[in-house]
Amino acid sequence: MPRRQLLITASVAAAALALTACSSGDDDTAATPSGTPTAGKDVTLVTHDSFALSDGILDDFTKKTGITVKVVQPGDAGTLVNQLVLTKDAPLGDATFGIDNTFASRATDEGVVVPYTSSAPAAADAAKHGGGDGLTAIDYGDVCINVDHAWFAKKKLAEPTTLDDLTKPEYKDLLVVPNAVTSSPGFAFLLATIGAKGEDGWQDYWTALKKNGLKVADGWSDAYYTDFSGGGGGGPRPLVLSYASSPPETVPEGGGDATTGALLGTCFRQTEYAGVLAGAKNPVGAQELIDFLLSDEVQADIPGSMYMYPVSTSVQIPDEWKKWAPLSSSPFDVPSDDITAHRSEWLADWSATVIG
Amino acid sequence: MTTLMTRPDAASAPQGGAPAPARVGTGQGMVVFWVAAVALPLLFLGVFFAWPVVALVARGFVTDGSLDLSGFVDVFSRPRTWRIVGQTLAQATVATVLAVSLGIPGAYVLYRRRWRGRAVVRALVTVPFVLPTVVVGVAFRSLLVSGGPLGFLHLDGTFWAIVAALVFFDYAVVVRGVGGMWERLDPRASQAARALGASPWRAFRTVTLPALVPAIASSASLVFLFCATAFGTVLILGGLQFGTIETEIWVQTTQFLDLRAAAVLSVVQLAIVAFALTLAGRARARRERALALASASDAVRPLTLRRPAGSPRGDGHGLALAAAGATAVVVVLLCLPLVNLVVRSLRVGDGWGLDHYAALGSTSSGVPVSVWTALATSLRTALVATVLALVVGGLVALVVSRRPRRALGRRAVAGLDAVFMLPLGVSAVTVGFGFLISMHDPFGLDVDLRTSGVLVPIAQAVVAVPLVVRTVLPVLRAIDPSLRSAAATLGASPGRVLRTVDLPLAARSAGLAIGFAFAASLGEFGATSFLARPTDPTLPVLIFKLIGRPGADSYGMALAASVILAALTAAIVATCERLRTPTTGGDW
Repeated sequence: MPRRQLLITASVAAAALALTACSSGDDDTAATPSGTPTAGKDVTLVTHDSFALSDGILDDFTKKTGITVKVVQPGDAGTLVNQLVLTKDAPLGDATFGIDNTFASRATDEGVVVPYTSSAPAAADAAKHGGGDGLTAIDYGDVCINVDHAWFAKKKLAEPTTLDDLTKPEYKDLLVVPNAVTSSPGFAFLLATIGAKGEDGWQDYWTALKKNGLKVADGWSDAYYTDFSGGGGGGPRPLVLSYASSPPETVPEGGGDATTGALLGTCFRQTEYAGVLAGAKNPVGAQELIDFLLSDEVQADIPGSMYMYPVSTSVQIPDEWKKWAPLSSSPFDVPSDDITAHRSEWLADWSATVIG
Repeated sequence: MTTLMTRPDAASAPQGGAPAPARVGTGQGMVVFWVAAVALPLLFLGVFFAWPVVALVARGFVTDGSLDLSGFVDVFSRPRTWRIVGQTLAQATVATVLAVSLGIPGAYVLYRRRWRGRAVVRALVTVPFVLPTVVVGVAFRSLLVSGGPLGFLHLDGTFWAIVAALVFFDYAVVVRGVGGMWERLDPRASQAARALGASPWRAFRTVTLPALVPAIASSASLVFLFCATAFGTVLILGGLQFGTIETEIWVQTTQFLDLRAAAVLSVVQLAIVAFALTLAGRARARRERALALASASDAVRPLTLRRPAGSPRGDGHGLALAAAGATAVVVVLLCLPLVNLVVRSLRVGDGWGLDHYAALGSTSSGVPVSVWTALATSLRTALVATVLALVVGGLVALVVSRRPRRALGRRAVAGLDAVFMLPLGVSAVTVGFGFLISMHDPFGLDVDLRTSGVLVPIAQAVVAVPLVVRTVLPVLRAIDPSLRSAAATLGASPGRVLRTVDLPLAARSAGLAIGFAFAASLGEFGATSFLARPTDPTLPVLIFKLIGRPGADSYGMALAASVILAALTAAIVATCERLRTPTTGGDW
């Protein structure tokens, strides 16, 4: 009966078709692209999902240079770097922003970026923040424990100030941090403790934290909004791992003091870099974009849009930042090479110690 | 006897004059049609699913140009791997069993009975299905966290919190999947059993339940796949100590770029999924037969709290009430997180207000577009995805509903069915990263599909296709083959049989399928987050951005936007349900 065999034949034919489609170049399923850009007129910026600038700033870049910026945001900082590594033979764009010092040497070791030295006026400031010849520092900030002032005032309890305070019995069950494996601020805090306690001492510190009722949330927003008492979600814990720049957001609507603050003795300094991607179609446009990221216009916009400090010393920091978001004078530090060499090992150890 | 009113499966019909199995057409046109019906979906799946996944997994197994399977030894020698596999199975199995046992009474009450407000509740239970996990995380955890309204249960960060959230998400899958079948089931079968003296419970157990098994198995396999690949839910509610294969693939791929370990885990995931699908397929096949279907208007009876006047005791009223009670409890439980979400979205500082809703039109909070713009993008994308899913899924369902006489043919059909379920069982991260390494200049064309945004509706459609298939297929399979034979005997060409028998019946479930596919596309986050253009984010992607920024305002806006997403979904699902054509079933 032909009709019975037909189905089988059809399936086989279809499978063959599908295979041909995969291996040869004569298929047109995918031929619905947007117009192909003229070379040099477009530049694609690959960045993490926290990248943001005020309306119209990228348009100003287009007005000045005639180059249109297309932004691609594949995920958080870790996902960004790994995607760049994975696609380095066929890069996702021309320039990248958002590789931080915890991933910097991984990106340079893998050859994701090519050397570029910016000639923008702020380049000298940027150079003070490291990055080597492949990466240009754009902004920086501190990841620190934040404290809910109101909670401690109400309980008439002195606020903790150091990492060691956090393990004291009076602060039991008060701290929540994001997971170091799944969250980049979480990892930054792990690095703060490694910087403070040394490569052999941090495990004991975390054991003590855990004994003191540490809560590990999945990500920053989960910790800040659900577990933290001062973030607006009304959670139960008055200590949370966040940024030194978070407190200005807790100034009450009618004015007054910020209701939260950062513990500046618990910070890790995070620096974010930009670079020209290896294999970029428009490397010149990418360089111009990096210069633009160092311009006063962008640098002044960074605090309000991305909650980071600009590297440029020639732009004004918002007043409420001077008041409520000071930087730590002595942040903890771990060299980028060490981080790359030990990342997996530290995270595995951390998981074993804290998550079990 | 379960065959009271169901007709014998045509494939096993003994008499010589038995109706032929569903006819595959013989004309030239039909040949082209069936080839296309198989080829088009396969091509779609091959290019936009199989190829990227194989490309990425292959990277993990190829070192310096040669095959290297040492990853298996390495990964399986870690005790962690076994724990993760165990946890994946435990979470998915428990959640599936719970969702099915709660969903069956739900399907009865929401689809087999008629009552005031039913449409609203039907739409309501579908809402969780589309909410972004990050929002459900907030809605759930702020209930369970110590000091929260349900903090006394001490469920925060436990296995049961995860299971509860999984059931919350997938309850609708069972209710809709089973309900869609149940409301068309001819009531005369169980009425006959009752007339012959069976108790209501016995009639249900021996007549109705067996008839529903295919639909139940279908839904259960969907729920299992959703649960086994749940990602955000597991991380937010349980954390990595409850890590599953899916979360581990995510960690290994996005955080460590250990593609070798990720590839091994992907293979393990695939094996589990294939095993579950085979199991469900077996359960289905054993019970699948042509059923006497009625139009919903004939089969559905009103639900009253009081026993209908004049009806005797033991008429099954108690059973109906028990189902109604169980469903009421479940609906209340489903509502808790949703209500919590609404309440929180109205919280402004120390007071209450609509400020967060008023802010939805602004772009002040560092997001590229307003919530309304993102909503429009979401709707547009989901519409394209739904059309794609309907065409592809409809064709697959049509092909798979055929019953070839030869074993080989039957196996090919079953294989096709299973293959289209796979996208639900494979990690979104694997697909997303797979796109990155396969779509830069596909087929030598000079287009970078990865950053064009074209892939967003396609990725959503890949996920929605199985939902369409699973919704339409049980109805198509239940079509009595004698209907088709009768049409053919009366001189209808195969094409005409397809048009006049299969299509109208399938179209009746189209409303359900459209609603489901649309909801799934609207809520899709995993693959979309990799592919969406930042300048055109979908609403779930925008909500994720908002909730990632500090400040009570961004948080409030994220919650308000989620409420909008939920309300919109409910409205769309309710509208789609109304699309179903109420044709009479009396003519066959």
